[in-house]
Amino acid sequence: MDIAEERAQEWRVNLRNQMKAKERTDIPRVHMPELDPVYRSHTRLEEVNLGLTPEMAMQEAKRCLDCANPTCMQGCPVGIYIPKFVKQIETGDFGGAAKTLKETSALPAVCGRVCPQEKQCESQCIHTKMKKEAVAIGHLERFAADYERESGNISVPEIAPSNGIKIAVVGSGPAGLSFAGDMAKYGYDVTVFEALHEIGGVLKYGIPEFRLPNAIVDVEINNLRAIGVKFINNCIVGKTLTINDLKQDGFQGIFVGSGAGLPRFMNIQGENLVGIMSSNEYLTRVNLMDAASEDSDTPVFMGKKVAVIGGGNTAMDSVRTARRLGAERAMIVYRRSEEEMPARLEEVKHAKEEGIEFMTLRNPVKYIGNEQGRVTQMILQVMELGEPDASGRRSPVEVPGKTETLDVDEVIVSVGVSPNPLIPHSVEGLEVTKWGTIAVNNDTMQTDIPMIFAGGDIVRGGATVILAMGDGRKAAASMHKWIQNRDQLVADNC
Amino acid sequence: MNKIISKEYFSDNVVKLEVEAPLIAKSRKAGHFVMVKVGEKGERIPLTIADADQQKGTITLVVQKMGVSSTKLCDLNEGDFITDMVGPLGKATHIENFGTVVCACGGVGTAPMLPIAAALKKAGNKVVTIIAARTKELIILEEQMRQHSDEVIIMTDDGSYGNKGLVTNGIEDVIKREKVDLCVTIGPAIMMKFVSLLTKKYNIPTVASLNTIMVDGTGMCGACRVTVGGKTKFVCVDGPEFDAHQVDFDEMLMRLGGYKDIEREELEKMKCASGARP
Ligand SMILES: Cc1cc2nc3c(=O)[nH]c(=O)nc-3n(C[C@H](O)[C@H](O)[C@H](O)COP(=O)(O)OP(=O)(O)OC[C@H]3O[C@@H](n4cnc5c(N)ncnc54)[C@H](O)[C@@H]3O)c2cc1C
Ligand SMILES: Cc1cc2nc3c(=O)[nH]c(=O)nc-3n(C[C@H](O)[C@H](O)[C@H](O)COP(=O)(O)OP(=O)(O)OC[C@H]3O[C@@H](n4cnc5c(N)ncnc54)[C@H](O)[C@@H]3O)c2cc1C
Ligand code: SF4
Ligand code: SF4
Ligand code: FES
Repeated sequence: MDIAEERAQEWRVNLRNQMKAKERTDIPRVHMPELDPVYRSHTRLEEVNLGLTPEMAMQEAKRCLDCANPTCMQGCPVGIYIPKFVKQIETGDFGGAAKTLKETSALPAVCGRVCPQEKQCESQCIHTKMKKEAVAIGHLERFAADYERESGNISVPEIAPSNGIKIAVVGSGPAGLSFAGDMAKYGYDVTVFEALHEIGGVLKYGIPEFRLPNAIVDVEINNLRAIGVKFINNCIVGKTLTINDLKQDGFQGIFVGSGAGLPRFMNIQGENLVGIMSSNEYLTRVNLMDAASEDSDTPVFMGKKVAVIGGGNTAMDSVRTARRLGAERAMIVYRRSEEEMPARLEEVKHAKEEGIEFMTLRNPVKYIGNEQGRVTQMILQVMELGEPDASGRRSPVEVPGKTETLDVDEVIVSVGVSPNPLIPHSVEGLEVTKWGTIAVNNDTMQTDIPMIFAGGDIVRGGATVILAMGDGRKAAASMHKWIQNRDQLVADNC
Repeated sequence: MNKIISKEYFSDNVVKLEVEAPLIAKSRKAGHFVMVKVGEKGERIPLTIADADQQKGTITLVVQKMGVSSTKLCDLNEGDFITDMVGPLGKATHIENFGTVVCACGGVGTAPMLPIAAALKKAGNKVVTIIAARTKELIILEEQMRQHSDEVIIMTDDGSYGNKGLVTNGIEDVIKREKVDLCVTIGPAIMMKFVSLLTKKYNIPTVASLNTIMVDGTGMCGACRVTVGGKTKFVCVDGPEFDAHQVDFDEMLMRLGGYKDIEREELEKMKCASGARP
């Protein structure tokens, strides 16, 4: 059934006719219940967003007009069938909504929480064209996925009979997980290799508990285990095992989802002082190693005056973590203005409520330390906005001679990541772009080595969970096709 | 999970562990290290692969008790499992026949030097190993080093064993005695700094294996960063060995001290918990 046919189904028509469009658009957008800002700025492990109640979700779903031309879907990188799942929620068919989501997204509970909806699906919602707030698609997506998980009735996907063909996945982030899930459904024998001791990639070591609880990621991982996906942690492809070893072990296809794990620094004076670290180090200590807990052996600085450099999600996660670990002043230092910040709107809002200070149009130029080499101060260059740059954002330019000195005892550098070079370096002949990402055919995610496919941040540089997930699914579909064609060719030639 | 096949004490504080790790045994080279984590809430710490047996599928670690994590590892017994282990990591040592090589090790550094000395010897070098420590009890691995060196010189600060003096006195004696083509040094950062200053004076190429603080060991965090030749490098992926004359040892020393207070606290806590006097 195509979208128009589905929309013409009786239940959808009836539902649409129950209310006038004007009535629907007049309903105010639902407010996500949240933990109190003062309380939550001291609790590291409790999620800030508490989730919608069924009543709230059904009310919010009423706002959706079930458009004939659902522009929201164009805003979703994987084209989730948004009106269908929203209308299912409106009728109270939450399980059905979850099923609809899973037709396109492997990780709806995750994406409902972390997608930058205001730039994606919600930005294209018809409501915004009428100067109204968009339907809360992300909140509804999270609701349906959580409802299904909490009900315990998780729909098990249909699995094709095993074809015995071994497929390897490098990296267990969203790209690798979604690829693995689809390949298992097609009947392949899938093994995921992960360098770290935990499965989940950035979802585990990067994004904090207060935004994405590990338990939610674990449910997805266990679902994959249940359909036969094998996970091998502490195994670095390119070091512990080479791609050739994998071939010799009989793996016939390899998907690389190794992410953009390398932190960038700014190379300014004093950046190696004690107390200055990358957001990767900081978040890894706190999230992966649980360093802030009493019983963890891994130490972490708990600064009182913490500056985080950057304006993305990683910066927000770091600064809000610092606040939760007891920072009296937790500050964002960003060289552009708030408008240009790449972080999700909700994170910026939450950060402000939690007392995070925003020092925008400031760029660090130098750090100063004490005799022990610990950072004590930073010099900030004051900036102003100039002409738009290649990214379309107004570029920051220095205000000549204008600097400020800021007292700090911890600095977290969060100015971006680079692609993980391990696989590109260790596979001879693999085509790599000048940015160090793996080059692929955009339609198939296949690299110039036919048996190797790639997706997620290792192909895009730092991107988003939903894009990584979409790449994984696309790669699975095309690897499946490639293997079928190949086997067909062999059969034809026999 | 990796099983400990055998355990042997080299001294009260130094333990040799043979650990099941078939894939690492197969792919490792001299100079490589592993990251090891003991317990669910354990810390990831780097340890050099001292030896490997491909047939048995085992690697050997030589561990010195320093703080909480190394002590937890040393307290494991034959048959126990190491919770997590990953490797081989880092760049392998560049091994060729250089001629005469002085391997200068101090304290913890003797363990990671062992496979390097062995590989250098095997490549045809004349290997002169200098083991230095504060006092006799802290000299470790002397026997093992003798098997892989042409000569072993022992230096103690207090003269309780071998020659009295610092590692640098030992090196200088050798330099004055014969032509030295390469010096390899592993030990406390302060020691490597002075070794580097000495060999620079004599224009002897020197490699230092840096033991910075690490978290992941795979290039992901930057905790291990050092300045080499004016550029920031990550010890876990760009090293651990570097041209010692280019390394900013003062910065490294400063960074190593970064978690001292927290570490001391943790160690006290552990000792109290285990009933020992703090
Ligand atoms: C702190 C933080 C917050 C973020 N917040 C958001 C957000 O709110 N919304 C959003 O959409 N996106 C967010 N992102 C971005 C998003 O997380 C990434 O785009 C996404 O995780 C990329 O997925 P991936 O599968 O490509 O790689 P990753 O999630 O990076 O996973 C790659 C995995 O591969 C492993 N690996 C690497 N090399 C090897 C090897 N050789 N062998 C075996 N394993 C290997 C790594 O250890 C890692 O586990 C955030 C990122 C960070 C760091
Ligand atoms: C590449 C590499 C290879 C190594 N190989 C070995 C090995 O084969 N055998 C071995 O016994 N050790 C080795 N080390 C050192 C080992 O990793 C540390 O001793 C260990 O991390 C200390 O952890 P801890 O929790 O027990 O002590 P901590 O509580 O972390 O430290 C206790 C004390 O030791 C100091 N210290 C911390 N880290 C180091 C370090 N890396 N080097 C020197 N002093 C340190 C601290 O300043 C502190 O005073 C290696 C280190 C690196 C980087
Ligand atoms: S996956 Fe993300 S972009 Fe797509 S509909 Fe869901 S929240 Fe919106
Ligand atoms: S554009 Fe908005 S109102 Fe229209 S179908 Fe999508 S979510 Fe519903
Ligand atoms: S230990 Fe994390 S980058 Fe080297």
